[in-house]
Amino acid sequence: MSYITKPVARHKGDRTNGLGLTTRDYEGSMSTLCAGCGHDSVTAALIQAFWELDVEPHRVAKLSGIGCSSKTPTYFIKEAHGFNSVHGRMPSIAAGANAANRDLLYVGISGDGDSLSIGLGQFCHAIRRNVNMLYVLENNGVYGLTKGQFSASADIGSKSKKGEVNRQGPIDPVSVALTLGATFVARSFSGDKQQLVPILEAGLEHDGFAFVDVISPCVTFNDHVGSTKSYAYTRTHMHEVVQTDFVPIRSEIRTEYAEGTVREVKMHDGSSVRLRKVDDDYDPTDRHAAIEYLGSVADQGEIATGLLYLAEAGEDLHRFSATVDQPLVSLGYEELCPGSEVLREVQKEWW
Amino acid sequence: MQPTDTRDPQYYHKVVDCQWACPAHTNVPEYIRLIAEGRYTESYMLNRESNVFPGILGRTCDRPCEPACRRVRVEDDPVAICRLKRVAADLRDDVQHLLPTAPPVKNGKKVALVGSGPASLTVANDLVPLGYECTIFEALPKAGGLMRTNIPAFRLPVRVLEEEIDYVLDMGVDIRYDHRIDSMKELLDSEEFDAVFVGTGAPKGKELNIPGRAEAADNIHIGIEWLEAIHFGHIDSVGERVLVIGVGNTAMDCCRSAKRLGGKDIKVMARKTRPYFKASPWELEDAEDEQVEILVNHSPQAFVVEDGRLLGMIFDLVEWHENEKGRLVSTKLDETFIHCDDVVLAIGQDNAFPWIERDIGIEFGEWDMPVVDRATFMTTREGVFVGGDAAWGPENIIWAVEHGHQAAISIHNHCNDIPVTDRLPYGMTLVSTKMGIHEWRYSNDYNPANRTPMRYEELERRLADIQVEAELGYDIPQTAREVERCLNCDIQTDFTAKLCIECDACIDICPVHCLTITENGTEEELRDRLMAPADNLEQAIFVSEDLPQTRRVMVKDEDVCVHCGLCAERCPTAAWDMMQFDLINPHAGQHTWSPAATSA
Ligand SMILES: Cc1cc2nc3c(=O)[nH]c(=O)nc-3n(C[C@H](O)[C@H](O)[C@H](O)COP(=O)(O)OP(=O)(O)OC[C@H]3O[C@@H](n4cnc5c(N)ncnc54)[C@H](O)[C@@H]3O)c2cc1C
Ligand SMILES: Cc1ncc(C[n+]2csc(CCOP(=O)(O)OP(=O)(O)O)c2C)c(N)n1
Ligand code: SF4
Ligand code: SF4
Ligand code: SF4
Ligand SMILES: [Mg+2]
Repeated sequence: MSYITKPVARHKGDRTNGLGLTTRDYEGSMSTLCAGCGHDSVTAALIQAFWELDVEPHRVAKLSGIGCSSKTPTYFIKEAHGFNSVHGRMPSIAAGANAANRDLLYVGISGDGDSLSIGLGQFCHAIRRNVNMLYVLENNGVYGLTKGQFSASADIGSKSKKGEVNRQGPIDPVSVALTLGATFVARSFSGDKQQLVPILEAGLEHDGFAFVDVISPCVTFNDHVGSTKSYAYTRTHMHEVVQTDFVPIRSEIRTEYAEGTVREVKMHDGSSVRLRKVDDDYDPTDRHAAIEYLGSVADQGEIATGLLYLAEAGEDLHRFSATVDQPLVSLGYEELCPGSEVLREVQKEWW
Repeated sequence: MQPTDTRDPQYYHKVVDCQWACPAHTNVPEYIRLIAEGRYTESYMLNRESNVFPGILGRTCDRPCEPACRRVRVEDDPVAICRLKRVAADLRDDVQHLLPTAPPVKNGKKVALVGSGPASLTVANDLVPLGYECTIFEALPKAGGLMRTNIPAFRLPVRVLEEEIDYVLDMGVDIRYDHRIDSMKELLDSEEFDAVFVGTGAPKGKELNIPGRAEAADNIHIGIEWLEAIHFGHIDSVGERVLVIGVGNTAMDCCRSAKRLGGKDIKVMARKTRPYFKASPWELEDAEDEQVEILVNHSPQAFVVEDGRLLGMIFDLVEWHENEKGRLVSTKLDETFIHCDDVVLAIGQDNAFPWIERDIGIEFGEWDMPVVDRATFMTTREGVFVGGDAAWGPENIIWAVEHGHQAAISIHNHCNDIPVTDRLPYGMTLVSTKMGIHEWRYSNDYNPANRTPMRYEELERRLADIQVEAELGYDIPQTAREVERCLNCDIQTDFTAKLCIECDACIDICPVHCLTITENGTEEELRDRLMAPADNLEQAIFVSEDLPQTRRVMVKDEDVCVHCGLCAERCPTAAWDMMQFDLINPHAGQHTWSPAATSA
């Protein structure tokens, strides 16, 4: 852990976004994670994404559970709202917060332990409810915070730091999300911001539950030879099946693509996501085909990355609950709780 | 790009902007750290190694280091490098026992030094400890050259000046006062000396030959002569209204001296506008604080004399613009007359070598100046060397010192039958500052404090007596604050490519976005696609060997790195280390490297 705070000195040539802010205005406090932890890079990618999207810091709500990954909301956008919840319970906190104030931009940060062991049920139900949020799972194959036990995402055959071999099959969060009907499913790598940042941007703009599984190596407990979640292993086994470009509303499209290789998907605010096929026979808009294809990639021992599946967001938590358009927090007490008289009137229906 | 060769001492040397800019390459960051630790004596001695006169220079140096200071590129004002030097000098303990001494047995070689300015004194400082017998010939009754005769006591107290001159002379220099050398031929023909060094400065003040000059001679003074006369007590008053012609540093000393000799209405007359003034900004500020008026766009035309007495001067009022060739030309708008009692001319200095015969093998070139080699300081006659203002015209003390060091190396070679061109290159040592996981042997915490202002003697008191020093120097709390502004540019970010796992931690943490991992390319194109564009072409970009995992390269823009060490703190593999760079700047008598050093 560094004992000094980050110097306030800045590069005079730092670019500013539409709000006149530089990326440094989206930072949080100094990270207390191990030096070289993949999670810090995901934080940096998030900072970049929020900055590029001109997001006003006070419009963001950061939520997390417990784990090294769950500590990271402290390290970006210090002016944002935040809630560091109980282990595995981030999704229900996110759902509650979103129910109360649909106007904020929700970003949940979780780990493979937080989401796939203790919080697996919560994770599933957030998908099912289609909570409008960006859900980032910083996946390192271990419980980093509790000193490196295998997590539920550890691959069969992967070795612990002491040489012990994992024999139980992994839960693949991407498959879980796809099967449960998520409309935005991606996988990326903390060591590849070129790929990760546009995916995070698209996820923030997606009008429903957006899931991003980020391979994020635990440099202290799972970055050795024999690990399948190390920097070196991920780099040599990464297989980008589809490339993602995010095109914000303002910017014109300059890159030219060969006929038939690009699919452009409009986002609700007018921005667009451009998906460029790398694998010819992959279709990121066909859920069943995607599940099958990704399975075959995994069978070859490769890690499929990119924005793997994207569809219309469909009905979300608020539609299901038929809430008003106005955020509930902005309603007066009288409107939210009209009193026992009104309640009695409503209940008469069932008498 | 090719991987950067950081084992060439000049690469890291250039990163230490102040040290690079200092003609004598003083190790600024280390002396500032020593001050921070309260080790004033060590700081003083470290200074002395390169610049010989820390007490004098801590008050008067031209400070080429300060505009170069990295802090200027991060915020606005440089670290007060010069003023901190004065702190080390003021607060040092007795250093007598630490000074170099002459060996009891001499080496049998004799060197003549003409003039006793900083250039000659430096040559003596370097050669006497090696066993040379040095003889200084000085035209005046005291030593020090312009440092003594022209820098007024309110900027440089005589006590400080003499103490540091004596450190050199007291080693056993044979100094002959009131001994002007009138013939170089005679000096050489005497065959008494193995080498001769000319350190006679640029002793002639420039003239202003306009109507009335001869008639008003009694009240027109040549700046440098006038200051010298004040120093020796030959002049102790001046008229009430004084015009100083010129706006360089000499003009500033003249107008401020006039203020102290009883002048009331002092005007500095400039032909151009402020951006073209030659005086250092701080000297201008000090003069204006003392209520000296500076008038711009006044071009002197004539002295007006009545009944043999100076009445005033006529000036053209002019305006400046650029002509087609980009040269500044003036147009006259009007004319004006300004009353005055005295005029001081401070429009420059010239060299003059009437005492060097032109047929003794010392070739003279352009401007009637001796031809001097830029690296060896030797003239076309073997064994005759020139340095300081005498070499290429007026500069400043710190350049004179550096010339002295270099000439001493040449003289030492010459006397030992080694070619003068045979010079040891720069060397360096590089030592990790790591103390613990995230602890370093230097204060890496960035302090956003602004530059500490100077304390001055009360105006009335300082104007009443020319001997009263105007600046009071920093007190301890001011010093403690200012030292923390130094960015420790000598603590280098040293990279070992084979250790890097490309986790991006250093890239993400760097507060000034000066690191990037990317595909290699040409310099021009690389500079453009870094985390922040590297558009200061004066500053190098570092390019690593190929990184092991992706064969990309680590690129660092040296421009605005604040040496906070966070890249090294966040690096899991110690691919980055914060290493203290120490330049080895060879002086006379050094022929080999210490085992720890790396040479070019
Ligand atoms: C008014 C003024 C203020 C200045 N202020 C500063 C300042 O604040 N900071 C700074 O860095 N620089 C300053 N300078 C410049 C600085 O003083 C000179 O650059 C420096 O002193 C040059 O050193 P030197 O050794 O070459 O020669 P000098 O200092 O000029 O010394 C030459 C010596 O040689 C003697 N001499 C000359 N001819 C002969 C001869 N034939 N025989 C014997 N002796 C001879 C002279 O009497 C003199 O003592 C100032 C200059 C002036 C004029
Ligand atoms: C209810 C509860 N059970 C167990 C723990 C202990 N615990 C803390 S963090 C953690 C696992 C974290 O793993 P992961 O989510 O993958 O985060 P990482 O540290 O790897 O980023 C566990 C089991 C806890 N804090 N609370
Ligand atoms: S233990 Fe692992 S996951 Fe936790 S901070 Fe350290 S490297 Fe990151
Ligand atoms: S020391 Fe490292 S982190 Fe700090 S400014 Fe320099 S390159 Fe950046
Ligand atoms: S922190 Fe170290 S290992 Fe990571 S990218 Fe930087 S130099 Fe390489
Ligand atoms: Mg984990």
